[in-house]
Amino acid sequence: MFRFIIRRLLQLVPTLFGLSVLLFVWLRRLPGGPETALLGERATPERVAQIRAMLGLDQPIHVQYARFMRQLLKLDFGNSIQTGRPVTQEFLERFPATIELTVVAMVIAVGVGIPLGFLAARRHGRWLDVGTVAASLIGICIPVFFLAYLLKYVFALQFHLLPTQGRLSAGLQRTDITGFYVLDGIMTREWDVVADSLMHLMLPGLALSSIPLAIIVRMTRASVLEVLGEDYVRTAEAKGLTEPVVRRRHILRNALLPVVTTVGLLTGGLLSGAVLTESVFALNGVGSFVKDAIFYKDYPGLMGFILIFAITYVLVNLAVDISYSFIDPRVRVR
Amino acid sequence: MSVLTPGRKAERIDRLAELTALADETGRSLWQEAFARLRRNPMAIIGAVIVALFLLLSIVGPLLAPYSPTAQIWREETSTAQGIFPGPRAENWLGVDHLGRDFFSRMLVGARQTLLVGVVATLVGFALGTLLGAVSGAAAGLGGRRGRWLDNILMRATDVLLALPSLLLAVSVAAVLGRSLTTVMIAVGVVQIPIFARLLRGSMLAQANADYVLAARSLGVRRWRIVLSHVVPNSLGPVIVQATLTLATAIIEAAALSYLGLGNPDPSTPEWGLMLADAQVFLEVRASWAFYPAAGIVITALGFTLLGEAMREALDPKLRK
Repeated sequence: MFRFIIRRLLQLVPTLFGLSVLLFVWLRRLPGGPETALLGERATPERVAQIRAMLGLDQPIHVQYARFMRQLLKLDFGNSIQTGRPVTQEFLERFPATIELTVVAMVIAVGVGIPLGFLAARRHGRWLDVGTVAASLIGICIPVFFLAYLLKYVFALQFHLLPTQGRLSAGLQRTDITGFYVLDGIMTREWDVVADSLMHLMLPGLALSSIPLAIIVRMTRASVLEVLGEDYVRTAEAKGLTEPVVRRRHILRNALLPVVTTVGLLTGGLLSGAVLTESVFALNGVGSFVKDAIFYKDYPGLMGFILIFAITYVLVNLAVDISYSFIDPRVRVR
Repeated sequence: MSVLTPGRKAERIDRLAELTALADETGRSLWQEAFARLRRNPMAIIGAVIVALFLLLSIVGPLLAPYSPTAQIWREETSTAQGIFPGPRAENWLGVDHLGRDFFSRMLVGARQTLLVGVVATLVGFALGTLLGAVSGAAAGLGGRRGRWLDNILMRATDVLLALPSLLLAVSVAAVLGRSLTTVMIAVGVVQIPIFARLLRGSMLAQANADYVLAARSLGVRRWRIVLSHVVPNSLGPVIVQATLTLATAIIEAAALSYLGLGNPDPSTPEWGLMLADAQVFLEVRASWAFYPAAGIVITALGFTLLGEAMREALDPKLRK
């Protein structure tokens, strides 16, 4: 097990190295460098040259890359061009908002998706099953940003049920410990903060969960259907085990294995969706930073954020693979 | 891949038995059999009808449009500041947009552009992805040790692309190429390359030890001919399914790129994704401007998804009963 983790982590190195080279070269091809964004279109050539020299952009690209790598070894991604602050600091400040959003979306997707998929499979061919399949197909086909607007329009602007933007209502005091509003609120027992920030997470979380929810429902349904036909389920029922026991030990235990893998793979897609959802609900997370960074040609910012994104994605999948060997004893990780 | 390891003989025989049993029973090929199953699936019928209607609309739509999609004919009757826009009426079935253009005409003309975006983006991903996958699969399956090296390098390259969230990849491609419809097509297509590549490679590796490959080799058929005329055609099933599903995602992703401000700035070619993105600003004034293109996108994407899923089921040997 230990050797497996080490080997997977070592395999990460060439992937990330390749990614960093690709990104580095690619980002420097963006038309109009950061100096245009900083100084405007009509800057004098001297001023442009000065800024480029200051940012180190006048050096050959391999020299720039070598400097970037030397800094990276010290976990320093440089300063963001749009805000002038260290990229690492920007990231740490924004990451909690995105993580909270992603976790809420995942909780909705898993919490609703697995029971619904199970029920649909058990009522195979009935209206609940057909309705669930139809709804999940539509869920995949709705553009996330449109769904986000739709939810905002219906729940917030028409019925004033839920807040539409930001992470917390104005005027609410909170103590900062980790940057995770919900977690901090629980730790400091500020229950009004917990409730308020959860309310703020409801709509964006719901919008972001649409695609993973649809996929998890379908995966669970298909997987349960397959398991239901197995001999061991019939045996378990025949020997008089109660319904909950059969469901828990025999059906779900086996049917959820492929679902676990899917959940891991979906996390990467969630980070993509977060870019769109955060901008609709004015959440100051990682996604909105990336969106702005593209327009400001913020090389260090983009580079750092995308690399950390990629690392997160790969690590989540590693965690899924490892958890697999705990859930399914037949899988022996080597 | 475990498929290459020896000791899978039992499975191979089972597979062969399954295939021959099928041929004996019906005398039809795998594809004919799949098509027959497809015709019996209501999901496939609905999907095919939607896709057919959409194709028809994109061909005749621009011809049927009563007005030019770009002419600001009713500009005087609209006022963005006061939120006054003519609604649906006899001459404008879906009303008039904020610049005084006929919305119905824009929807009709937009269908063709939307199809174009989806098809070109899918073709970009399909062409480059299958090329990469075919080289990789051939090298891994038939190329010996040097081949496995090449395969390894190519697959690590796709890993790099897969490690990026897809929208970020598309956005960074779009940022380099500048705002245009072509940009959106390429950006959305590039994201699909690694998926097509891995899919074809995996599917080819599953075929590498098939008996017909062994037979061809023992007859002295050249390796590249085995790959091109036997392995690749037999491995295309999952790739074609994926292409159908990609048409749906491409249309949706294109809309997302438009929303992020990377879409086509040229107003002469209305496209549903762009219309939807533009409508967000007016959501509180005229929700219908978002609703029509959104409905168009969702229904179209649904059609391609239904068709793709039905094809996947039809080709799945596990479900063949």
